[in-house]
Amino acid sequence: MMTIRVLKDKTAGGIMFFLTLSSMLLVVIMGIGLFLKSAPVFEEHSLGELLFSSSWKPMRGEFGFLPFIMGTIWVTVIAVVMAVPVSLLTAIYLTEYARPVVRKYVFPALDILAGLPSVIYGVWGTLLIVPFISGWLAPRFVDFSTGYTMLAGGIVLGVMILPLLVSLFIELITSVPEELREASISLGATRWQTTKAVVVRAVLPGLVAAVVLAVSRALGETIAVLMVCGNLPEIPGSLFDACYPIPALIANNYGEMLSLPLYEAALMFAALILFIVVLLFNLVSRVVLYRIEKTFS
Amino acid sequence: MKHFFQALSLPVKSRAYPFNAPDGKVANLFRPDRKFHRDEEESELVVRDLNVYIKEQHILKEINLAIPDKKITCIVGPSGCGKSTLLKTFNRLIDSVEGARVSGKVLLNGTDIVSSSGPEIIHLRREMGLISQKPCPLPMSIFDNIAYGCRIHGIRNRKKLRLVVRHYLEAAGLWEEVQDRLNTPAIRLSIGQQQRLCLARSLAVEPRFILADEATSALDPISSKTIEELFVKLKQNYSIVMVTHTLRQALRIADNVIFMYLGEVIESGPAERVFNRPEHKLTRKYLSGVFS
Ligand SMILES: Nc1ncnc2c1ncn2[C@@H]1O[C@H](COP(=O)(O)OP(=O)(O)OP(=O)(O)O)[C@@H](O)[C@H]1O
Ligand SMILES: [Mg+2]
Repeated sequence: MMTIRVLKDKTAGGIMFFLTLSSMLLVVIMGIGLFLKSAPVFEEHSLGELLFSSSWKPMRGEFGFLPFIMGTIWVTVIAVVMAVPVSLLTAIYLTEYARPVVRKYVFPALDILAGLPSVIYGVWGTLLIVPFISGWLAPRFVDFSTGYTMLAGGIVLGVMILPLLVSLFIELITSVPEELREASISLGATRWQTTKAVVVRAVLPGLVAAVVLAVSRALGETIAVLMVCGNLPEIPGSLFDACYPIPALIANNYGEMLSLPLYEAALMFAALILFIVVLLFNLVSRVVLYRIEKTFS
Repeated sequence: MKHFFQALSLPVKSRAYPFNAPDGKVANLFRPDRKFHRDEEESELVVRDLNVYIKEQHILKEINLAIPDKKITCIVGPSGCGKSTLLKTFNRLIDSVEGARVSGKVLLNGTDIVSSSGPEIIHLRREMGLISQKPCPLPMSIFDNIAYGCRIHGIRNRKKLRLVVRHYLEAAGLWEEVQDRLNTPAIRLSIGQQQRLCLARSLAVEPRFILADEATSALDPISSKTIEELFVKLKQNYSIVMVTHTLRQALRIADNVIFMYLGEVIESGPAERVFNRPEHKLTRKYLSGVFS
């Protein structure tokens, strides 16, 4: 009996270790694969040229990725800057202020929003946000804009990650023990003071982790952004210029024009950049998280 | 009491916040809105026909009490009889219990606590310093835990905050242990230390009433004694209501005793009488240790 139990335990442990290892290996293999596939483009161009040149002329063999890198970063930044405060306040309202009835109806709605396929957000952006920008918002700031802009991409992306963020935040905030709130309230704190100084502070590491998750999602989002942001390979000069994030570049062009020399390798390089950006971002946020946890617990 | 304040009176020469009143009476550290001779103010707490229901369960039944000022009142009774609920009613923390309904009156200097609303409640909670049964440090440093109460009430002066923190940590007998790690997170303290921290934190908002719910349950006999001595000193200036399961403790420090059983006040009165000549047979049973 004893030996069988021990054996089972060991096998289970072994299998789980193997599965964990292979999923980690998968990441490494993907990285190596992308690198090998994009190698030809390195042979012709230096890394500096690829990353910092803004001239994208595949026909002439010029592959400058700067516009795409900037497009990706900007769209993500706009989305996160808009979505984080809104979703944090929404989550706080729902958990700390709203009556249970409100929660009962809003929570399922959030789940539905979080589950909608991204193409629907794209359509919604094309039908609503793009005309809004071209017809109303942009004329107040610039002479002309098609509406298919970096701003539209940011807004659509922000709206997309909003439900995800709200649910994650709600999960975190409801995990704060009631006693903590009571302790603060007993000292004569208002609810807002309690929320700000106690509740949010208690879950700060979690909040950061949630934002990291949302950013990773935003960095890789393809379809919805591709539909609204114009897709011009130029460095965007303002919110009302078109931009061309990396995922959109790959999705739009892969499978076409592959007869051009080096074009496939260049697209693979784009994928590699995205891969590394997401990886680096996650690593950096781990460090940040570790720092925060160290100071708070 | 005096030695707590001596250390503090040195660095502060300002006349705005006299830490020692001329006759040696303790002044408030940071509440200029209060007079420091508090003898004139009798803050008696009177409970009339108080009933509390939680989700249609009758938790407190027809409570009638008078809790005198500047005395230690001990509430004793078996587990689950409603002691914590009673204290929560006193500072309106009962509001955050889901499904709670309160009827009757709790009068503090003639003002009804049960029917007060809005900003009055905030003010009230500050006057009725509740120290909860389970020590619960806020997710911040030891220093910030104590300073929190002052900060939320608008005191930001670093120097003054440092004085307040030191003073109340000393009062709770924690200063020696934590003085070199005031900036480390308070969650790392031991449970007993956390309990003293919570006591210091409650004292730091300078309440009139101290409602201590088993404030010494996690402490060793010596630290308990320190807290008991502190309470005895504090009763010159505060009214103290404490829940305890240690009858010896009640015997040592209580001026008044309230015995509760299944949501009712069975007997209340001066400690000496309740302990020596209990009138009710449930009280006699409890005191002789029939139920814990
Ligand atoms: N939030 C709540 N929901 C439902 N019932 C509650 C709630 N809080 C307290 N009660 C009930 O009220 C009664 C009194 O609880 P209370 O915590 O006041 O007891 P207590 O005298 O403090 O006990 P102890 O000595 O164990 O701390 C108990 O029967 C308890 O189950
Ligand atoms: Mg209790």
